[in-house]
Amino acid sequence: MNDSTPDVAEREETGMMSPGSQRRALETTKTLSKRERGFKRSSMVQLTLVRFREFVREPEAVFWTFIFPILLAAGLGIAFRQRGPDKVQVGVVTAANSAAVIQSLKKDSTLVVESFDDSAAAKALRTGRIALLVVPTARPDSVRYVYDKGRSDAANARVIVDRAVQMGAGRVDPVRSADTFVTEPGSRYIDFLIPGLLGMNLMGSSIWGLGFAIVTARSKKLLKRLMATPMSRAQYLASFLASRLVFLILEIVTLVGFGHWAFGVPLRGSLTTLLLICLLAAVSFGGLGLLSASRARTTEAVSGIMNFIMLPMWIFSGVFFSSANFPHAVQPFIRMLPLTAVNDALRLNMLEGASLAAVMPQLIVIVVWGVVTFFAALKLFRWR
Amino acid sequence: MVPSMRRPLESRRHSNGEALQNSGSALRVQGLRKAYSDVVAIDGLDLQVEAGECFGLLGPNGAGKTTTIEICEGLLAPDAGSVEVLGRRWETDAKELRELLGIQLQDTQLSEKLTVDETLTLFQSFYRNAREIDEVIDEVELGEKRSSRVGTLSGGQKQRLAVACALVGNPRLIFLDEPTTGLDPQSRRQLWDLIARFQSEGRTIVLTTHYMEEAERLCDRVAIVDHGHVIALGSPRELSDSIDVSNLPPPEPRKTTATLEDVFVALTGRHLRDE
Repeated sequence: MNDSTPDVAEREETGMMSPGSQRRALETTKTLSKRERGFKRSSMVQLTLVRFREFVREPEAVFWTFIFPILLAAGLGIAFRQRGPDKVQVGVVTAANSAAVIQSLKKDSTLVVESFDDSAAAKALRTGRIALLVVPTARPDSVRYVYDKGRSDAANARVIVDRAVQMGAGRVDPVRSADTFVTEPGSRYIDFLIPGLLGMNLMGSSIWGLGFAIVTARSKKLLKRLMATPMSRAQYLASFLASRLVFLILEIVTLVGFGHWAFGVPLRGSLTTLLLICLLAAVSFGGLGLLSASRARTTEAVSGIMNFIMLPMWIFSGVFFSSANFPHAVQPFIRMLPLTAVNDALRLNMLEGASLAAVMPQLIVIVVWGVVTFFAALKLFRWR
Repeated sequence: MVPSMRRPLESRRHSNGEALQNSGSALRVQGLRKAYSDVVAIDGLDLQVEAGECFGLLGPNGAGKTTTIEICEGLLAPDAGSVEVLGRRWETDAKELRELLGIQLQDTQLSEKLTVDETLTLFQSFYRNAREIDEVIDEVELGEKRSSRVGTLSGGQKQRLAVACALVGNPRLIFLDEPTTGLDPQSRRQLWDLIARFQSEGRTIVLTTHYMEEAERLCDRVAIVDHGHVIALGSPRELSDSIDVSNLPPPEPRKTTATLEDVFVALTGRHLRDE
């Protein structure tokens, strides 16, 4: 047995006054090495967890990242939905033969038929409640239509009503026709909108997520405090990207999932390519976020910088309406904006099913922006 | 367990000389200069802090204390002069020095959204060898608050957490910049005990304070800094003895009786108020 053991215990018990035991205390303070602490308590995991916690514990941030885009998509999707061919409202004046006419008209599902007496019929026509008025005559083989021929829906109603009346009376068409109806998701406004909103969201959460958090830490002198530890600066920055990537998946799933489930927005391209576009976009916008945050000392200053960067892209990069609306001369510049590239790539992938090779020009724009902004940011960055 | 506050410096220097590698001095600063755009903050400052010592930097606001400390912490680069911390230099051994130092800055606000536990686990994760969170939390008496968010802590508790963050890396030398400013007497005494315990383990403390009573109580030696250089250096007793008493105003009556703070602590007790 080691006979020095009781000696040490005794010395520690008697206090730390003797020179030997003082040294001992410093050396025997129980510490854990990085390996003993394990993966979960490694600095990369802890820094990333901090990012998560700071985000999740900020209800406003969660709202603006996840709830707001969905509300926006739902609102705009409903406002600009396509209702299909409108029903045609027609009236029939009550008369001896009107029952037969009404029966014929009701066979056509695009017609909504109401019967009126003379004066009510005139009023309904005048106020536009009905597009056309059918006036049966005393003879069963004769009918009169009253309508305003300047109204396109009235002229349309004339065609539909007449066809129904003739067929009801036994007309047989010489040519048998059949209809095949198609609906084409991909051409509606909501289909245009969802990729745009996704692009905007990727930009917003990357730029805000990095810019705001870093400047907040700087203004609270927390950045300086962290610099006084052995923390790796690269890991600190990487933790923002790591947490962004996790939230990125959630953002894609909520927004694209919502559009797909609620409005049938198509996902024609490969999901892997979609994910790759989003990933590159998030990292690239992270560079812009870092650049915005590289010098600013106050959150007010960085908010101004970030809005200055993002506002032009909200307008020019085709989020809510196509960037083709802008004059031809500025199109080359618009195409060089990172958000334009992201939105174009997302639409090509989701709506047109474009392959990875087909979105390569956009991906190059995205990557170049990322590389340039990251290097500029690291060059300018102030850790204090 | 708290050792007597003031032991003769000579014996301390002797006993702890070997506790630190390489050098008997924990900190050696020579000819330090630092100018900002409009003012010269430090103008030829020299300091030497021995291993195992509790050293106080005193001086009015704007005297250059914080700038000096931040240069020693490797957070600021001096315009001129040399700094040697634990026998190492920032220019060549920054990474290693960060592992050996514990730091509490004057105005750091830790993230309000994190809990005490999470904050300490984060700081722990940066160090190659770090102390157990539980132990450090016990030491700063934040056990009941360990799962509270930092934003809900009182000023004293936040300050203790800041000190805990300085201790978790098992440092040999800690820099405390006005650690007790704004604390109630209970929290301040608790922090004094903590500092004394830290020192009793053979570690070194460099602190700044505006409370002369605190410096007298804690520090083996103090340097009084003004206009960017040291104007007086020595143990609190030596400095007191160096003053020509005939120039002082007549002694106040309370010098011989208890101070108001003694009364306050006697009446309200020494236990920490965390409500």
